[in-house]
Amino acid sequence: MSDRLDVRKTYKLLINGAFPRSESGRSFEALTASGDFWANVAQGSRKDVRDAVVAARAAQAKWWKMSAFNRGQVLYRWAEMAEGRREELVEHVHAAEGGERSAAQAQVARAIDAIVWYAGWSDKIAHVFGGANAVSGPFFNFSLPTPTGVIGVVAPQESSLEGFVHCVGAALATGNAVVAIASTTRPTPAVVLSEMTATADFPGGVVNLVTGLLDELALPLADHHDVDGLDLSGAGELTVAMATAAAGSIKRVYRPSAGDEAASLRRLRSFIETATVWHTIGQ
Amino acid sequence: MTESRSTTSSLQYDPAPESTAVVRIAPAYGLFIDGAFTAPESHAQFPTLNPATGKPLATVAQASEADVDRAVASARRAFATWSTTSGAERAKYLFRIARLIQERAREFAVLETLDNGKPVRESRDADIPLAAAHFFYYAGWADKLEHAGFGAAPQPIGVAGQIIPWNFPLLMAAWKLAPALATGNTCVLKPAETTPLTALLLADVLQQAELPAGVVNIVTGDGAVGAALVAHPDVDKIAFTGSTAVGRQIQSTVAPTQKRLTLELGGKGANIVFDDAPIDQVIEGIVDGIFFNQGQVCCAGSRLLVQESIIDDVLARLEQRVNQLRVGDPLDKNTDVGAINSAEQLARITELTAWGEREGAYRLPTTCTLPTEGFWFAPTVFANVDQSHRIAREEIFGPVLSVLTFRTPQEAVDKANNTTYGLACGVWSEKGSRTLWMAQRLRAGVIWANTYNRFDPASPFGGVRESGFGREGGRHGLEAYLNV
Repeated sequence: MSDRLDVRKTYKLLINGAFPRSESGRSFEALTASGDFWANVAQGSRKDVRDAVVAARAAQAKWWKMSAFNRGQVLYRWAEMAEGRREELVEHVHAAEGGERSAAQAQVARAIDAIVWYAGWSDKIAHVFGGANAVSGPFFNFSLPTPTGVIGVVAPQESSLEGFVHCVGAALATGNAVVAIASTTRPTPAVVLSEMTATADFPGGVVNLVTGLLDELALPLADHHDVDGLDLSGAGELTVAMATAAAGSIKRVYRPSAGDEAASLRRLRSFIETATVWHTIGQ
Repeated sequence: MTESRSTTSSLQYDPAPESTAVVRIAPAYGLFIDGAFTAPESHAQFPTLNPATGKPLATVAQASEADVDRAVASARRAFATWSTTSGAERAKYLFRIARLIQERAREFAVLETLDNGKPVRESRDADIPLAAAHFFYYAGWADKLEHAGFGAAPQPIGVAGQIIPWNFPLLMAAWKLAPALATGNTCVLKPAETTPLTALLLADVLQQAELPAGVVNIVTGDGAVGAALVAHPDVDKIAFTGSTAVGRQIQSTVAPTQKRLTLELGGKGANIVFDDAPIDQVIEGIVDGIFFNQGQVCCAGSRLLVQESIIDDVLARLEQRVNQLRVGDPLDKNTDVGAINSAEQLARITELTAWGEREGAYRLPTTCTLPTEGFWFAPTVFANVDQSHRIAREEIFGPVLSVLTFRTPQEAVDKANNTTYGLACGVWSEKGSRTLWMAQRLRAGVIWANTYNRFDPASPFGGVRESGFGREGGRHGLEAYLNV
């Protein structure tokens, strides 16, 4: 037995590749599933959301400029980083969600495998969602799936890691940048996983994570005119308010529904814009 | 040289009007619900005008909330059988509809021109054949949906409420109905207030095709009818084409519900001309881009971005070409530019154009003379337009072109993307690598390279950003009507 005092960690936001405390200086207590103190977590503000959107807008251009193959490699490296810190993730998921430790282990495994799945998608999106169109007349016509842009994600409140991965992974695989709001009561698994984007070669700002109270963060995100799409998976009672606010700038809105994502690819389709190019054919 | 120029400028065509004998317009119309027309006298009636004369063509029914309710109920009843009818059988109905439109193409073209004001050359060569082609295209999908990339057995959504604009009345009806029917949905279609007649003629076609009662219902009237449809609790899907302002309201209205939504909204398309582009084709492309359908096109190339080195040449040629456009009787087969659809739209065009002069843009001189009756606006070109001018920012939806300049490709991209819209852009250059470089960076759903305003049922159409979401046409167009 060591009597060494452990070094505790401060859980901070991820904005533009840096780890600031909230500009508001606030933090809140994240509890374990059994109600014990787990950590002080940064309580993000409206200003933090806005800073994250600015960062995401700039980073999205860099992310999309990379080759699809490269984006896939970066996503895969994220999975590699996560694999190396599996036990830490399990500890956080187990603390946040309770239940059997084996359930937390299984969720972490599924979450990492999901990142790998999305990594492989990156350079297949154009095959599956694009194509050539047989138009009448002397034109070569093709449709390219392009990213919607900046996606605001409200990560699921219950599934603290796997749910987060599906929201963020789908948006990233299709070339978008993300401003995610972690589960309010179970934030640390997403915080830990997001930290690993820094060592996975994501350009800073492609993934931004804000922790805090959804009541404070939801509308600033949904109202922001430089956010192009919203994934409302974890928005709960705020879903309608956020979807209504989204109409202000005609945002694309994803709402979860029952069904097998792998079969319908609904998430992957949600934040793609089909750009169709007509080019004349002639001598 | 002098001689030939004077010949060109004085060249006149004799009138060549298309006969209206093929069209039978009833004095008054009812609604098309559950496979039959209701009695006209059972509804409040309002006139639909010929924009070229300002005179009424007929009166049409103003549907009440109760009428919308009956139309939705009829669609709901029909959904049970239509959604379980085999894809192959649904396909054959759609093929029939396509053929019937082709057979009655002249009738549709003349009626469209009478009710909308567009030149018969356009309704005859674009609107009607494209509408028929759209039904023909989606007919072929109906029994192949499991191969469309949306899973093994994609299901229809249910009852679709479809609200369409007045600029391409029959074509927009086809864009909405064909994919919805192919995928097994039933429809309540709401044509635009000022252009209901070809949709009502389409009802006649649907009857001739023996489409089962209730699969398509058509309710006419003003914006209140559309609002009732959007708010109806038994409608599962709303598809809307129209202004961004109304699209915003609709998105907000359906936000608290589970309704599915696709929006095809406004635009402020940039038509970008590089100095290496073939200049004669460019001038024709600019004219097609902004004066097709009197500029009343959501994807119109209403902002012309010209590389600075060729601006003087482009403006000189454009001024000459625009003054050669024949503006007048839409039924005349030689007419290039027809009437503005309504007094209301004419007022909006007039107001925004006045702002162009007020804010200091230079209005090119025109020799155009306009008819004295009806709603008319001369093809107009503004040079020296700044990005901050209203005529560079707001959708005019009329025959008004705003000309700006750029020096580098990056500047062209920045200026083109400096809008909240994102529907369509044009790029004119002989350099393929640069065109594709531009296409990667332009935020728009459609990019035309060395052409403009091309449409095809196989080609997905739709916008990004505040031009809306969802695609119409092509395989992508199926998604809007599948529960996937």
